[in-house]
This record gives sequence, C-alpha cells and structure tokens, in this order.
Amino acid sequence: MSFVEYSDCIRDGDVAIVYLGHESMTPVKVKQGAQTQTRYGVIRHSTDLIGRRYGSKVTCSKGGWVYVLHPTPELWTVNLPHRTQILYTTDIATITMMLELKPGSVVCESGTGSGSLSHAILRTIAPTGHLHTVEFHQQRSEKVLEEFVEHRVDHLVTVRNQDVCKDGFGVSGVADAVFLDIPSPWEAIKHAKAAMKKHGGRVCSFSPCIEQVQKTCLALSDHGFEEINTLEVLLRVHDVRTISLPQPDFGPEPSAQIQPDSTVKPPQKHTSIAVKTTTPPREIPGHTGYLTFATKPRT
Amino acid sequence: MADNVDDDSLYRIKEGDYVVMKRGDIFKAVQIQTKKKVIFEKQWFFLDNAVGQLYSTTFELASGGILQPRKPKDTESSTDTKGAGTDNRNIVDDGKSQKLTRDDIETLKEQGLKGQEIIQQLVDNSSTFKDKTEYSQEKYIKKKKKKYENVVTILKPSCRILALMYHGREPGKICHLRYDTLAQMLTLANIHASSKVLVFETCAGLVLGSVMERMGGYGSVIQMFPGGGPVRAGVESFGFPAHFHDMLHEFPICHLNALLAGTLDTAAKDSSADLKESDLAAEEKPEAEGQGGPEEQSMETNIGDGSHDPKKEEEEKRREAKAQEKKVKQEEKRKKLAAAASLLEGRNADGLVIASRFDPCPVLMALLKFLSPSRPFVVYSQYKECLVECYTKLREQGGTVNLKLTDSWLRHYQVLPNRTHPVLLMSGGGGYLLSGTTVAVELSKPAGSRKDEEPAPKRQKVTETEG
Repeated sequence: MSFVEYSDCIRDGDVAIVYLGHESMTPVKVKQGAQTQTRYGVIRHSTDLIGRRYGSKVTCSKGGWVYVLHPTPELWTVNLPHRTQILYTTDIATITMMLELKPGSVVCESGTGSGSLSHAILRTIAPTGHLHTVEFHQQRSEKVLEEFVEHRVDHLVTVRNQDVCKDGFGVSGVADAVFLDIPSPWEAIKHAKAAMKKHGGRVCSFSPCIEQVQKTCLALSDHGFEEINTLEVLLRVHDVRTISLPQPDFGPEPSAQIQPDSTVKPPQKHTSIAVKTTTPPREIPGHTGYLTFATKPRT
Repeated sequence: MADNVDDDSLYRIKEGDYVVMKRGDIFKAVQIQTKKKVIFEKQWFFLDNAVGQLYSTTFELASGGILQPRKPKDTESSTDTKGAGTDNRNIVDDGKSQKLTRDDIETLKEQGLKGQEIIQQLVDNSSTFKDKTEYSQEKYIKKKKKKYENVVTILKPSCRILALMYHGREPGKICHLRYDTLAQMLTLANIHASSKVLVFETCAGLVLGSVMERMGGYGSVIQMFPGGGPVRAGVESFGFPAHFHDMLHEFPICHLNALLAGTLDTAAKDSSADLKESDLAAEEKPEAEGQGGPEEQSMETNIGDGSHDPKKEEEEKRREAKAQEKKVKQEEKRKKLAAAASLLEGRNADGLVIASRFDPCPVLMALLKFLSPSRPFVVYSQYKECLVECYTKLREQGGTVNLKLTDSWLRHYQVLPNRTHPVLLMSGGGGYLLSGTTVAVELSKPAGSRKDEEPAPKRQKVTETEG
C-alpha cells in the first residue's frame, strides 16, 4: 500500500480504510497482533486483515461485516483527523486541474494544515514530482510528516516549519505551481513568484472571504501575474430515492354513471404511484472558499 | 536559482507542435505547419513566425497574415482618457456620440494603425466618452480592445486549456462535459501514474487525453471504443511525447461479450491466425459499407475483368499489393487486440472512467467486471436519469460501495476594487457524475443486504412538504 500506488493485498504497516456502512468509514493502521473495535465487533489484524485482498468483506466478532478498502487521497480526505479546517475533494479536483498538475510537477503549498490537499497533490505528481509544503505550526508540521511516512509518500515531499509570509517556501525558481491557503495570501505572493520557475507557472489562492480575494487579486496583478480568475465551485449531491405519491380520489367517472346497471363497480381505492427520483440533502455546504487562479508569465 | 541554465529550448515552439491559440477567452487548437493558413476568430494568418518563439508569447497580427511577437511594453501603453464624469445622467443613447463611421474605421485599419491607436481615435471622436464614469470608460476601452486588438497568444496545450476550449467552442462534441466536471472525474477516479485505467468515452478524446496527461506516460490506459475505430482527435491536440502513446491500448467494445465468455480468439498461433483474419475482415465489412458502395466497386471490377488484359494484370498487381498491405495491417490490428485483451483478462484494472453519449448502464455493468476490488470508478452523463438507473442497478447487484450521484455548481467572479460581484452569466449545468468504489463480490449472499444507503420508500405526504 502507498497513497501513490495500489497494492492488491493488505500488509503489516499499511493504512487501510474500514468501510462500516454508508458515509461511515474509519482509517486503521494495520499492525500484526493489533485489534480494532467497531460497532460490528472486533477486527483482528493478523487474521482478518493481513494477507487479505483490499476490497474484501471481513466478518467481525459480533457477526457483522465490513469492507476493507485501499486508501486513496479522496478516502483520506473524508477520514483524516482534523487538526485544521480542510479542503474537500470538489475544491481539490478543481485546484488540481487548474494548476495543471501532472506527474513530474514541482509544487509549493502553504499551509499544510491537516494534509488533505497535500495527499491529493502527491498522488498526482508522483513518481517524479516534488511537493514543498510549508506549515507555520510546529506540531502540525511534525504530525503531517509522520503521516506522509506512514502513507509511504515521504520521498516525494519536503515539509518546512516556517512562516511563508516571512520566509517564503525555502526554494526558488523550481515550482510549476503554487498553492496558498493562508489568512493573508497577498503577503505571500512575492514568495510564490520567487519559488516559481523562470518560464512561468500557475498559482492558486484559497480564501473564504471576499475581502481576502480583493487584496490577493491586487497583489497578483501588482506582481505581474496574468489570467487572474476567481471562481467558486460547490458539490451538489443527489440522493436517489423511491418515493410514493398518493393520487386523490376524483369520485366516480361520468362514463360509469351512464350505465347504472353495470355489474362491476370499480373499487374506489386510494392509489399511489412509486417514482424513482433524487432529492437534495436538507443542508449542504453552501460555501467553502473562493479559488483565485493566475498565471505567472516568463520573467 | 535552480534553472540558471537556459533550457529555453524546451519551451520553444517547433514546427509540427500541437498548440492552442488564445485571444481573450477564446481558444483554438492547431498544429504548427509552415505556409499553412489558419483561421481564428474570423481572421486568417500564418503561424510560420511562431516557430522558434517561446510558448505563451503574444503575437500581433500584421497585414498579410504575418505574426509579430508583441513587445512587452505594448501591454503597458494605456489609452489617454482626459477626465471622467460622475454618473450617467447626461448620457443619452442617440447613436450619434461616435463621430467615426464604419468606413472611417476601415480606412484607419487599412492605413495600418494598431489596435491601440484605433481605440485612441475612437475615444477622441466620442462626444460622450469624457462624461462617462471612470468605470464605464474602463469598460468601453476593454470592449473596444477586444474588437480591434489583433493579438493571438500561443499556448502549450494542457488538460485545463483543452477542456476550456472544447467547452467554449464545441460542447456538443464532448457531451457538454464542463471542465470542472472533468476535473472531478479525474480526481474521483484516482487517476495517477503507474496504474491501469479503462476509458470509455465519446468526448472527441478529451477525456482520454486528460487521463493520459495525469498518468504521465506511466502505466496503461485501455480505450474501450464503440463502433469501427477509436475516436481520439482530442488526444492529438495534447501534443504528447511519442512514448505516451506506448501506454495507450484499445479494445473494440463489440468484442467484449466474446472476451467475457472466453471465446475471443487472439492467440498468435499460425493455424488460428487465418481464422482470426477472416473474422476481422468480416468485422470490417460494415465500415466499408458505411463508406458507400461495395456493390458499385464490384461492378466496376467486373467490367474491368472482361475487356483489357494488360490493365487486368496491373489491376491484379495492385490488388495483390493492397491485399498484402491489408494483411500486414490486419496482423497489426490482431496483435493490438491481443495485447489489449491480455491486459483486460486479468480483470485487475485500477480505475474506470465512462463519459459517453451511450446509455451508461450496460457499459458500466460490463466494464466494472474488469476492475480489481477496492478501486474507484466514475460515470459521466449529461442526463441525471440514466445515472439514477445505474445507481439502482448497482444497489441491486452489489459489488460497489460509496455510490454518489453528484453534479457541480460553478460560478466565476469579477474581482475589482469596489466592484466585486459574480459574473452575470453562469453555466446552467455541467453534467452529472456517478462515482463509487468496487468491493469483492460474495457469491453466496446477495450483497447489499444491509439497507443503509437508501431508506425504505417512505410515503411522502405531498400536502405537507411545501410550506
């Protein structure tokens, strides 16, 4: 197992995702001899996990069963321990495409936060790219590095514990893309520019507030960035449901009344029809943040 | 600095390169060919002068369709505005504010005035310009710039640019797949290097090319194609290096049943090779018919057969050569088919991406069989209903978890000091996605016995729902 390469079977030391039911999953560090408690009973790692194929159904001690899934950055995003507000898959997907990330890309990111986006970036730039990620919170930077090691992606990433607004990314002239998710991105634009390749590249700033976007856009154009474009993307979920719609009784039809001697009287029953449709969830995230993209021209 | 060494050669436009031309928000993909006229935004020109220049260079269009790299200073030059009004109370749209006529402007153009100069003329000859507010003046100049500045930027193609281009120019060709939806697909399907991905698309090759870009030449992509041959004009536009095409395989969906039944014969044995060939020849027939008239052809040859002997010989030779060529081609085709089949036979693909105008349900059901357990898949459709059907079928048959039917909502913003607001027009919809993860299928128990994903049908009280 690695977050950048699939394996067929579960091995000691892997991180597996245990699927307990709809939208209910939990990450498990697989360890010889260890046990994991679930609502369906105990999972014994040595016998239930190690050596089994990813995607297998595992029966727990109480007779319930779970599926054990291979980790992916997307599953990690919905299962990771939150140490900060995180980026979700919809924004991540848009960022990945709009930053033109692909295998071999060199990317700078700040802040690292809980590492949700970092894992997705690493997946996309492997096996030849590199991620320079900067986090000013020391414990967070240490914790995320631990996770990178556990997820076997540490060879693709350098974690730096510094303030990007003051000290930049710690590299210059190497990045194809820069991503900023910090409170005052406009203060880091000059560092973003310095970190990027001479021939240019793409930059993205994620900010929840429009005032931040205003300042960032001004800073971007002051530093010569082009194609500045701000957008917002939201996920709309459609829950598939079979609903039943009752039909009201309109009384007997006139044609039936014309023949009073008709022997068969249609039974007046309340009928209903079943419809397969989708319904929106009652509440959805209506705002995550504004994504501002720009192109650094050749300098 | 890491790239002190000037490796600009990597970023220079070469003859034969696939590039994208850009003006404003308009894109067009084209191959660089010298002495070839290209038409972009109702103007024709030659790309000869682009060769040797760096990518992302903006060119100005000179007379005779010649491109000239724009000097960096030109972007700085601004129009002289001379004061502004405070509001629009004194501006009346009587169509008389501009003193220059269309003919005057044409004359200016013929005199070889640059876009910038023409705009200055327009401003100077507008009686209302000075009364417009600063914001309005800015907007006016921007609008005129779009019309009179004959510039074109030449870009290196990428998934982002091509997705934007197709969506803007020919959405019908890509089943109205919006760029952010494509972005979701690539992420939801966990497309990355060194994996084995199945793609079924009728989006001109845009989806296939995007998958290939994300795989960076590592791993394998198998294009499952309907009909006579794979359509992938869009893949060309990406301008991938040659080795990227080594990872691309193709498999005709019309052989899928045979492959699933284990009756597909692709063995390289000599004895079976003949059989196979005739098989393939038979398969090619409908194509030929489509091109119009095998009957006509045979009639022609019949006439030829009868009368002229020398001609007949020549004809025979030609036919023999053609047959030989065909044989070689068929052998190649057979080998390709065998290679793709052997990749599929392991039924251990790592990802599945479907985006087509076909009914997705049967395609999804057939292709899911080729995925390993615990692998993601994603299906795009312009219509929600067919994905509801897929969802229902998958819930019935089991073998998948984390099913999700979604679409995305995308809004662009104008960000200007004191004038920030959403862009007035937005896309009404970018299509729907069904995504999920495969799991091992247990033969004994009917899967999906745990009814946790969809609650039992509830009687919905219509009268109560809307308040």
